Amino acid sequence: MDLPVIGNSVPKPAGGCSAGSCGSTAGQMNGLPDDVRRKVQDHPCYSEEAHHHFARMHAAVAPACNIQCHYCNRKYDCANESRPGVVSELLTPEQAVKKTLAVAAHIPQMSVLGIAGPGDPLANPERTFATFRMLAEKAPDIKLCVSTNGLALPAHVEELARHNIDHVTITINCVDPDVGAKIYPWIFWQNRRVFGREAAAILIEQQQQGLEMLVARGVLVKVNSVMIPGVNDEHLKEVSRIVKAKGAFLHNVMPLIAEAEHGTFYGVMGQRSPTPDELKTLQDACEGDMNMMRHCRQCRADAVGLLGEDRGAEFTLEKVAAMEIDHEAAMARRLELRAKVNAELEAKRARAHAPTVPAPQVVTLHRPAKTAQGRAVLMAVASKGQGVVNEHFGHAREFLIYEANEAGARLVGTRKTDLYCSGDDTCGDGESVLEKTIRALEGCEVVLCSRIGFEPWGKLEAAGIKPNGEHAMEPIEEAAMAVWREMLAAGKLAQPAPERKRA
Amino acid sequence: MALEIIESCVNCWACQPLCPNDAILAAAPPEYPVFRIEAEKCTECLGDHAKPQCAEICPIEGAIVNELAEPLNPPGSLTGIPPIRWAAVQAEIAAR
Ligand code: SF4
Ligand code: SF4
Repeated sequence: MDLPVIGNSVPKPAGGCSAGSCGSTAGQMNGLPDDVRRKVQDHPCYSEEAHHHFARMHAAVAPACNIQCHYCNRKYDCANESRPGVVSELLTPEQAVKKTLAVAAHIPQMSVLGIAGPGDPLANPERTFATFRMLAEKAPDIKLCVSTNGLALPAHVEELARHNIDHVTITINCVDPDVGAKIYPWIFWQNRRVFGREAAAILIEQQQQGLEMLVARGVLVKVNSVMIPGVNDEHLKEVSRIVKAKGAFLHNVMPLIAEAEHGTFYGVMGQRSPTPDELKTLQDACEGDMNMMRHCRQCRADAVGLLGEDRGAEFTLEKVAAMEIDHEAAMARRLELRAKVNAELEAKRARAHAPTVPAPQVVTLHRPAKTAQGRAVLMAVASKGQGVVNEHFGHAREFLIYEANEAGARLVGTRKTDLYCSGDDTCGDGESVLEKTIRALEGCEVVLCSRIGFEPWGKLEAAGIKPNGEHAMEPIEEAAMAVWREMLAAGKLAQPAPERKRA
Repeated sequence: MALEIIESCVNCWACQPLCPNDAILAAAPPEYPVFRIEAEKCTECLGDHAKPQCAEICPIEGAIVNELAEPLNPPGSLTGIPPIRWAAVQAEIAAR
């Protein structure tokens, strides 16, 4: 059956299929101009639709950084780490290009190479641009992007535009130097280290100027923000308004990850992370004025593969050196796959646009709008990709969070199972992985997965989360709606959501 | 007069391109596990910059020292973490 596919704006119950809000599962693309939509439609980081089908990788060629953030510790480089910006293997531009070509030959979904760290790409301009130059020669079909703190951005906008880099991510955590002084202890600026509020003011000015310059040149700009409770959480609403007004096309609010073991300022000083609920509330609040991105996985900077899936271990320098690759054939395979997937996505969009039953024109006067029959339900989905329910509960390292209501199901976020720590008082010693997972799923009433073991089944139920393995291999939105309708039929959606029980 | 990089350097490359005298050598393990300053080339940036550039950008407290073995960036000066707090948290982690 064909389900309506819902965008981020509140959908109108009948008819009302405006070009901006209909026909795309990529809710955050609502209202984007057509040229922007085209640019992002097969970009796994920017298009919710595409991230099921296309892959990206990051190459760790940029070790140096020109600022210090309180959530980062430059000393840590451990293989167990999977925080953003943490990588284990620093590459020369030559090595990075070799690795990218090898990955692109083995994973034809590979469509984006990003440079994001471990330092700042624009604090290492020679290495970053050498990588892009060499790759563009050998695999011109691969998109290029950089993710920067913005300090050196105005100085490099021209060169970015020249290298045909059409996606830039700027991490903007504040637009007020007083807030910035609590996030950035120092920057390196014009041959000296600058501290505190003065440093934050310079950084903010460079970020905003860089954003404006990129937009003026037609380069897509995404803004990332780290949500730090009590520091910038309220302030991020203003950030969202301002960056959108200046032309950023996406705003991605990520939770702070801070634990004492990481050795970061926030970790050591006991700054807590936001809870999943707090994060969602802020994302909802920003959504009114911004295209928000809900499927960000805060991936490792050298992660390889589909978002959320890390195949980096298959492509170490040693293994890459031993590979024999026919680059032309590999590129042909990529182009063929991309054409196929794009055709499928187009067909899907077209189906969603064509109403199967013409909506009758009913005019009602002075009648209150029909109230929703059932409330919205949050569901956690275990998926390996392709947009279907296809992961075993116990193997899932993250869950997609869908919100289902009578208008349809839409992705509202993702939650990690292993590294998520909300740091509240229930975070004690000896907590099992399962207990952690259950805590990460706070607020969800259902878990959709391909299979689930007996023990987790019982514990999930005890915690008020209903496991469901009946929709294995079904498209996620259809599965979520089927479950929602069952709950509705069983009369479970008339009352408010039950108070969450502790496992 | 010259500065020196010691073993706590994390090989982040930040200092190397800034040196006006090309005095900084990249790590070359196993022999040289971290970055080095060639003492005979280092002028502590006198005449070129108001502050020694390597020490101005280095993110690691204590990694660059002067001839008296004093760190140019002492503990707490870059991260803002009071050394007492750092020690207490490390002890707590070790005791877990
Ligand atoms: S102090 Fe100046 S001259 Fe000496 S190594 Fe550092 S940057 Fe080079
Ligand atoms: S900046 Fe500091 S940590 Fe980085 S390479 Fe130079 S001495 Fe080592």
